[in-house]
Amino acid sequence: MHIKPETIERHTLSVTVDNEAGVLARIAGLFTARGYNIESLTVADVTEDETISRITIVTSGTPEVIDQVVAQLDRLVPVHRVTDLTELGPHVERELALVKVAGTGEHRIEALRLAEVYRAHVIDATTSSFIFEVTGGSEKIDKFLELMREIGLVEVARTGVAAMARGKEAL
Amino acid sequence: MATEKSGAEILIEALCDLGVDVVFGYPGGAVLPIYDALFKQKRIRHILVRQEGGAAHAAEGYARSTGKPGVVLVTSGPGATNAVTGIADALMDSIPMVIITGQVPTQLIGTDAFQEADTIGITRHCTKHNYLVKDPAKLGDVIHEAFHIATTGRPGPVLIDLPKNVQIATATYKKPGVGTVGRKAYRVQVKPEQAQIEEAIAMIAAAKRPILYTGGGVINAGPGASQILRELARITGAPVTSTLMGLGAFPASSPQWLGMLGMHGTYEANWAMNQADLVVALGARFDDRVTGRLDAFAPNSKKIHVDIDRSSINKVVRVDLGIVADVGRAMEDMVKLWKARAYPPATHTAWYEQIDGWRAKKSLAFPDSTREIMPQLAIRRLWEATNARKPIISTEVGQHQMWAAQHFDFEQPNKWLTSGGLGTMGYGLPAAIGAQVGNPNALVIDIAGEASILMNIQEMATATQYRLPVKVFILNNEYMGMVRQWQELTYSSRYSESYSDSLPDFVKLAESFGWKGIRIDTVSELDDGIADMLAHDGPVMVDCRVAKLANCFPMIPSGASHTDMILQSDQVSGEMDDEAKALV
Repeated sequence: MHIKPETIERHTLSVTVDNEAGVLARIAGLFTARGYNIESLTVADVTEDETISRITIVTSGTPEVIDQVVAQLDRLVPVHRVTDLTELGPHVERELALVKVAGTGEHRIEALRLAEVYRAHVIDATTSSFIFEVTGGSEKIDKFLELMREIGLVEVARTGVAAMARGKEAL
Repeated sequence: MATEKSGAEILIEALCDLGVDVVFGYPGGAVLPIYDALFKQKRIRHILVRQEGGAAHAAEGYARSTGKPGVVLVTSGPGATNAVTGIADALMDSIPMVIITGQVPTQLIGTDAFQEADTIGITRHCTKHNYLVKDPAKLGDVIHEAFHIATTGRPGPVLIDLPKNVQIATATYKKPGVGTVGRKAYRVQVKPEQAQIEEAIAMIAAAKRPILYTGGGVINAGPGASQILRELARITGAPVTSTLMGLGAFPASSPQWLGMLGMHGTYEANWAMNQADLVVALGARFDDRVTGRLDAFAPNSKKIHVDIDRSSINKVVRVDLGIVADVGRAMEDMVKLWKARAYPPATHTAWYEQIDGWRAKKSLAFPDSTREIMPQLAIRRLWEATNARKPIISTEVGQHQMWAAQHFDFEQPNKWLTSGGLGTMGYGLPAAIGAQVGNPNALVIDIAGEASILMNIQEMATATQYRLPVKVFILNNEYMGMVRQWQELTYSSRYSESYSDSLPDFVKLAESFGWKGIRIDTVSELDDGIADMLAHDGPVMVDCRVAKLANCFPMIPSGASHTDMILQSDQVSGEMDDEAKALV
């Protein structure tokens, strides 16, 4: 017996929740309990009085599974609203990465040259290393990391995706 | 300024304000302040169970039979973990329940203190919601919100974890005003969208072979929903089938009744579902036990799904029209609109002729035997002897449960208590106890198997203590019958660990708990045994020795379609392929 493969889509969800203890565990646990994927998850409170947090989740699954992810998230008591940004249409996505690259001589120069192309900033430097700060879509960051790997990548920290629909309307 | 009260007193006060008059519980170190507060008052009755799992199931039985939320009070650590099965059971079957668990004092949380468990973490995914309360000033509002969440929308268990120092610390408590309970993020859509009701009515009116497929949601929507279902069936002329959880919402005596559908449903219900051109799912969730093989499920039908839980719609079966609403309200609007449109009552003559053809299969027939008691016969006789008294029936889980669902006919809602979603052996006895507490004058019978009953046998003492005259009717075949049946059908009768060895003498066991014990060995003793059980005004345990190797039919093997039913007459055994073995 073999398990059959299915068509998978990648969706970015924006979830507003009451900023209370355990809410992140509830959401992360929902994904593991029901076998959904999390590619990235970011969370921070976004209101003046710190009562509501915004969570951005990048998930992947069949269209039916994505529907279920949205419905199941929406069912959680502290969840205000779930928006499928991918479904909604045009939106922007950004993430930030800190990228540590070690090396000397030609490698340093090449690293700086590539960083300039990717608009990455040097935020720490020693005689044998740099830390770059790079922001952009996940694909751009992936590409930057791929190049740096050839030069001397030693460490990466990524924030995960923050996303927002285009236009003047708020969620 | 109101006078301050301890957290424990606030809890009692709030429970009283919420109309709670009974709590099922078991004391322990981390709830001693609450038990002391209980001791000092007379408004709430505490039923002392013998294991915390029993408290949770008793609260379920109480809730299911009364329509009121069941309340559980247990201590920290093992008290909470023992209750987890019942909590998960309540979540699966949408039973309104509020569980209060004690917790170690806040300053000890996270230190692996004595009887500490991460109750919030453990129960996060088997409750509808849960709370850790660290401030007695917030306790009152949390309790009111917990009851609101447990009883509205799709009902379910809500847990409040209460550290011991919060039970002692004082604060003021004020009953929240009307309309102030709840929170912005928690919304329930009760009222259906009118446009969708119009669409549904048009679809029903246009259907040639409609079927109403009802579930536990109709029971949860209150007795009014069962009444309106009868009216909807009457005016649309559609035949009605139900899930295990929905039995009783529609009267079994109606000519429109097809019986239960699904794995052990009737031939007519499953064929009607398969051949229907319109399936109207009302408060049912297309469980795998109902649908069988998904790509062959009601293949040529349009589907309407009414459910209060949006996530149930399109979860397993894609539907043409999903209506998020209270099923009672939705049916009410459908009936109103049907009448307003002055549709003539449909008779569906051709459809019923087809159905009668399936009925003629008599799929619930079972072999006649005088040598041994057929379990189906025992249930039929039990029904004949008791149905006039409108008994409340609970069950454990297994063959006896399915036989009870097939052969015990229900006319009213809230009379059938069974563990459907989670399938928890050991549910029936504590559930019967809870139902008897909530319905002191009712006849409450737990139809049990000899294996299941041993899982919460300690609760016999609870019935004795509170003089609860529950009847336990054990269909004793000395096997975990459903396991054995699957092993016969799937694993060439290799009966791995499914024999109930070393059984107690149930009559002596009954007597040792102060119950009456009755043993029925032969068909000729059956009616007298049942009469003796009913004549005794205290709790009774009946050990009814039934045919050991009887199988429960009809049966749709796991992963098969509704048209591939095995009937009694074509019983098969042997080995199934790996695809079938991998299914639940």
